[in-house]
Amino acid sequence: MTKPYDAIIAGAGSVGMPTAMALGAKGVRTLVIDMHPSPGQGENKHAIGGVRATHSAPGKILTCLRSIEILSTWQSLHGDDIEWLQGGYLYPVYRESDAELLKNLLPLQKSYGLKIDFAEPRQVRAIVPGINPEGLLGGTFAPEDGSISPLLVANAYYRRSMSLSVAFRFKEKISRILVDGDRVIGVETDRGRYEAPVVIDAAGPLSASLCETAGVRVPVEPDCHEAAITEPVKPFFECMVVDIRPAPGSKNYYFYQNRHGQVVFCITPDPPIVGMDKRETSVFLPQICRRLVHLLPRLRHLRVRRTWRGLYPLTPDGSPVVGWDRQVQGLMHATGMCGQGLMLGTGVGEIVARLVTRSTTDNDAVILKEFSPYREFKGAEKLK
Amino acid sequence: MTPMRIRKHPILPISEKDDISFTWNGSPLSGFDGEMISSALVANGVHIFGHHARDGSPQGIFCANGQCSQCLVIADGRPVKACMTPLREGLTVASVEGLPRLPEEDAASHVSAIASVATEVLIIGGGPAGLSAAIELGKLGVRTLVVDDKDRLGGKLVLQTHKFFGSVEDSYAGTRGFEIANILAAEIARHPSVEVWLNATAVAVFSDHIVGVVRDGRYITVKPAKLMVATGAREKMLSFPGNTLPGVYGAGAFQTLVNRDLVKSAARVLIVGGGNVGLIAGYHAIQAGIEVAALIEALPQVGGYKVHADKLMRLGVPIFTRHTIVCATGGDHVESATIAELDDKWIVKPDTQKTFAVDTVLMAVGLAEVNEFYLKARQFGMDVFHAGDAQEIAEASAAMFTGKIEGLRIATSLGVYSGEIPQEWENKATVLKSRPGGVVRREPPSREEGVFPVFHCLQEVPCNPCTSVCPQHAIHTENDTITGLPYFTDSEVCTGCASCVAVCPGLSVTLVDYRKDPEHPMVILPYEVWREKVEVGRKVPVTDVDGAILGYYAVQKIKTRKKYPGTLMVHVRVDRPVAKRAVGIWVQEQQIEPMAVYEKAPPPDEAIICRCERITAGEIRAAIRSGVLDLNQLKALTRAGMGACGSKTCRPMIWRMFKEEGVDLGTVTDRVDRPLFVEVPIGAFAGAPEGPHDETV
Repeated sequence: MTKPYDAIIAGAGSVGMPTAMALGAKGVRTLVIDMHPSPGQGENKHAIGGVRATHSAPGKILTCLRSIEILSTWQSLHGDDIEWLQGGYLYPVYRESDAELLKNLLPLQKSYGLKIDFAEPRQVRAIVPGINPEGLLGGTFAPEDGSISPLLVANAYYRRSMSLSVAFRFKEKISRILVDGDRVIGVETDRGRYEAPVVIDAAGPLSASLCETAGVRVPVEPDCHEAAITEPVKPFFECMVVDIRPAPGSKNYYFYQNRHGQVVFCITPDPPIVGMDKRETSVFLPQICRRLVHLLPRLRHLRVRRTWRGLYPLTPDGSPVVGWDRQVQGLMHATGMCGQGLMLGTGVGEIVARLVTRSTTDNDAVILKEFSPYREFKGAEKLK
Repeated sequence: MTPMRIRKHPILPISEKDDISFTWNGSPLSGFDGEMISSALVANGVHIFGHHARDGSPQGIFCANGQCSQCLVIADGRPVKACMTPLREGLTVASVEGLPRLPEEDAASHVSAIASVATEVLIIGGGPAGLSAAIELGKLGVRTLVVDDKDRLGGKLVLQTHKFFGSVEDSYAGTRGFEIANILAAEIARHPSVEVWLNATAVAVFSDHIVGVVRDGRYITVKPAKLMVATGAREKMLSFPGNTLPGVYGAGAFQTLVNRDLVKSAARVLIVGGGNVGLIAGYHAIQAGIEVAALIEALPQVGGYKVHADKLMRLGVPIFTRHTIVCATGGDHVESATIAELDDKWIVKPDTQKTFAVDTVLMAVGLAEVNEFYLKARQFGMDVFHAGDAQEIAEASAAMFTGKIEGLRIATSLGVYSGEIPQEWENKATVLKSRPGGVVRREPPSREEGVFPVFHCLQEVPCNPCTSVCPQHAIHTENDTITGLPYFTDSEVCTGCASCVAVCPGLSVTLVDYRKDPEHPMVILPYEVWREKVEVGRKVPVTDVDGAILGYYAVQKIKTRKKYPGTLMVHVRVDRPVAKRAVGIWVQEQQIEPMAVYEKAPPPDEAIICRCERITAGEIRAAIRSGVLDLNQLKALTRAGMGACGSKTCRPMIWRMFKEEGVDLGTVTDRVDRPLFVEVPIGAFAGAPEGPHDETV
């Protein structure tokens, strides 16, 4: 018999780690269980590090503004460097239709507090020296967005959680969520049984199969994206560049130069590669490198160091699934971040902690409505 | 004329080449067209290629094999590996100071489709294993592609100036390594179904069973039905303060500079490690006119062949067993190295430090399989085979056998060969991989008349060319096994032809001839160093097998055999009592003494574990002590293993540190390896045409 916990978090990743920290800060006795040997070793470490509040929906904007607040002040508050770089997010546009789409979003984005404006071509060229000027119409730029090291964030949250008495069980796989009648009572793993009145599903791409053990259906289906990182060179741009144009075989792609001078990049395959297979293929690098060289020709001399694939826990409408389950009491969903777990997770963690302690705010209500597990899942977020 | 060229060599042919000019940090220098930039720089006495971005520490050559990225320089504005990028007239080369600048070349470049090639068999690596496999496949007409990242075939055979062990009929025993490379390359050329790509680096295997190759700067995808990994080995490294100073580098890198590129990369070296690699490197150093201060080995005896150790000791190199390196010291380059004795618990004994003034420390502390392609391919479910060192670290002679065997296995799996794989091959591969046996004491023959060979071969190793070359068939090995010690059957039949002296790779056969003057018999000694030290008439210091000088005796004459022009057969007339003990000639001018005062070593935690990111032993130790049990987390926290080489050098050292810290290794998770295994420019993947200026890979 193990000691009683108030809450068990399934997954020590992008969402589980900040949630653990937020619960720990509220004095909630929390246990985190993860099948990997250390924090952030599932999909979290596959994130490339971008953190933006540049979204098209209020809930995501508000959540990420809070994430940015926490991440940008982390080092001054806690001392450990998570490589926060407030370089902004740039969406350069080369097509009138894209310019119109992005310009139309500006009023809503601004109304929720996002600092963003449409930059003229001249400004875009100053932000990313060497960007292809041919047909460049400008772009939106949100200067307070930025990037961090996912690897360091997971470990920073881990240290903080430990200091807040959060318990961790690594290399342990949850086999099922334990339910008594209509109430959650804990989880069973390949090593033992843990009891708690609250179980938080922060299992990302594994959420659907995890919740199925409690008879609950979560509309999360993983799809696969591939990323890569280069050798370091002297920093010459700071922002994340998102090219939203489609090309044969892919939708948007994005890249930035991290604090070490390495360029990190990722692409959205079209059609999506659905499933759990994370093995690297030969398709990705030629596909994205052609596009990179076209947009920023000088990158052709930069050498790619390593490539990897990661899973997006995708929902039908591109927004997360956060909130109490109505069928099984005590089961909380905090999943389906659709590849934005790193930027959303920090804000989501606090909201989940307020849900558990019954102390949500007015802003939370806006967010939770948008992220509700019981919404219609229609349409799609425009900046997915 | 560049100052640090080897202009004469007892073994290697030296061809005249025209100098071309290039610049280094703005100053004009000269080098050879097409030689690697690193060799041209070292030939000009340039050892510091830049300073690391993290700590400003100097960087220079380390692996000379395209693996480690420590030799980064800026060539015509672009960061390149100096050891893999050929020099050409007018090239502007500069040191990398901190992070390199990406050239601001913003003109749009055309992209083109990536070429794809299908083949029945792809062999990665054109060394002894890969070539031997390709020959078997070629004999059967199997469409085979061999890719190798160097500009010539042979792999590390190219670096080997010594005669090979093994047997004459199976593994070219008695023939020098670089000559075997030529023999195998010529054989490959006879098989039309085998295609060879040189300057072609395999960079990754992917889950769609495609192998990415960069050939002359262009990215090509290869889809083989069968993949053979014959990528050889890489050198292990030790943790000690000063271990990243320019001047500390692998014995393999040394052999590349000295034997392949004929660059005198050092004046005086200390060799760390007494396996065959270290012992042979010492021998190569002396052949290149480089002094060897000492060779040290942590174990109670050297791990390599005794004949190799004996050769070194006879030339005057001291071997310190039970010793380790404590530190390398210097400003921007090695100026000295400190060694110390180890106790039974592998702890440095107090007051046993000795500091030698050396400019180079050669690391020869073992090899590790280059197996990342094999493991990844297996993980991805490819039909993959491996041979040579990539399969199991052993001698090149064994690699030729495992290559042949795996070649036939591939043919079998393709259905083009239905015979058996000869059991004899398997047996020979096993024998050639065998570790040397214990050292025995042998009494020389008691008779003191006539003429006969004396074998100073005191340890069982897989080697028997002496039995093949004796025209009288009078040399046999014990039990007629390849590892048995040789003996001479009948003193009456020896004609004194000295074929056995000429062929012996260990230089451990002499011929003693009592016929003319029984009191002063003529002894024929094998000798492969400087001819001017053994001119006829000169008195030379003749040594016994351990390097003890028996006396000074005048050289009577020197003979060579056509087949072994590098092995001088030095005839000396010696006193009867020492005749059967004489085997070597002392070469080093004098024993190199340690400095009067030893350098006080910095704390061991200042040693660098991850060279790419300059992560210290102290940082790794602190992470381990904080409870980290996952190499991936260790990487996340410290960046160890995140660099260009992908943890090729630091991984074994990190595992060793976990062990040192008393962690149960069964609880530690290894890091995840991912493609790419070699960095590739974005432009290559984009199919952006690259001119000759862009051949960076």
